[in-house]
Amino acid sequence: MDRDWAEPLDLDAVAAHACYSRYHFIRAFKGAYGSTPGQYLTRRRIERAEELLRSANLSVTEICSLVGFSSLGTFSTSFKRQTGLTPSAYRDLYVGRAAAVIPGCYAMLWYGGRDARAPGSKDRNSQEAE
Amino acid sequence: MIKGMSIVTVWVLDQDRAKEFYTEKLGFEVRTDMTIGGDGEGGGGMRWLTVGAKDQPDVQLTLMVPSSPGLDPESAEALRTLVAKGVLGAGVFTTDDIHRDYEALKAKGVEFVQEPQERPYGTEALFRDDSGNWFSFTQPREEMDFSKPWDGCASS
Repeated sequence: MDRDWAEPLDLDAVAAHACYSRYHFIRAFKGAYGSTPGQYLTRRRIERAEELLRSANLSVTEICSLVGFSSLGTFSTSFKRQTGLTPSAYRDLYVGRAAAVIPGCYAMLWYGGRDARAPGSKDRNSQEAE
Repeated sequence: MIKGMSIVTVWVLDQDRAKEFYTEKLGFEVRTDMTIGGDGEGGGGMRWLTVGAKDQPDVQLTLMVPSSPGLDPESAEALRTLVAKGVLGAGVFTTDDIHRDYEALKAKGVEFVQEPQERPYGTEALFRDDSGNWFSFTQPREEMDFSKPWDGCASS
């Protein structure tokens, strides 16, 4: 989960991986970490979003999908619950303090938010390249 | 209107090692070295590491490792293989004194593929970075000199 934090959470698979039933896994997880797997993942995703808002030149919508939220509304609500600020307000707080230095395109490339491959690149060779 | 080139991507195998090479051996300055995401050192975050020549503040190289979550394993492996194999050329660095700098870099242990050779466009050496990327290292001529060979080894 810490590794694939942007992927949709498949609790059955995670539980199976830990050799637990789904129900026992959630209970055991909460016992160990103090929150359910879902809550834990959301917290991690919001932490990532905070970093991206502070340091990458990306829009709130782009960051929302990069960190694994499918709905902007849910993202904003969760973000505000955790940080006390909306994503845009959070970024405004940091603008001018630490300029966004990582070009958004590179952050996208890194986190896989955009397919960087050229269309049809799978079966294209150098002779056909325009 | 495109105003120029500001960031060039160079794929490296290890950012710590590359940082050392580009600063200590090539004399570049670190422009940015920051990590976002992940759990600190080697925690899967994105490390944004850029270097540049002191005399050229508006151009920087971003030293990227092909190991991001956004890159499929097959492509990452292919990139690493090509870099390590030494078949990827990453650009041309210029100098105002190729012979002096060739000796200086060589003394620091930089691997040269070709010692300085006279070419129509200038005097050119080729070296590799620590990952395997090759660079042309050229002192350009004021004017083209077509009496010089385009390639091959001018026996000196």
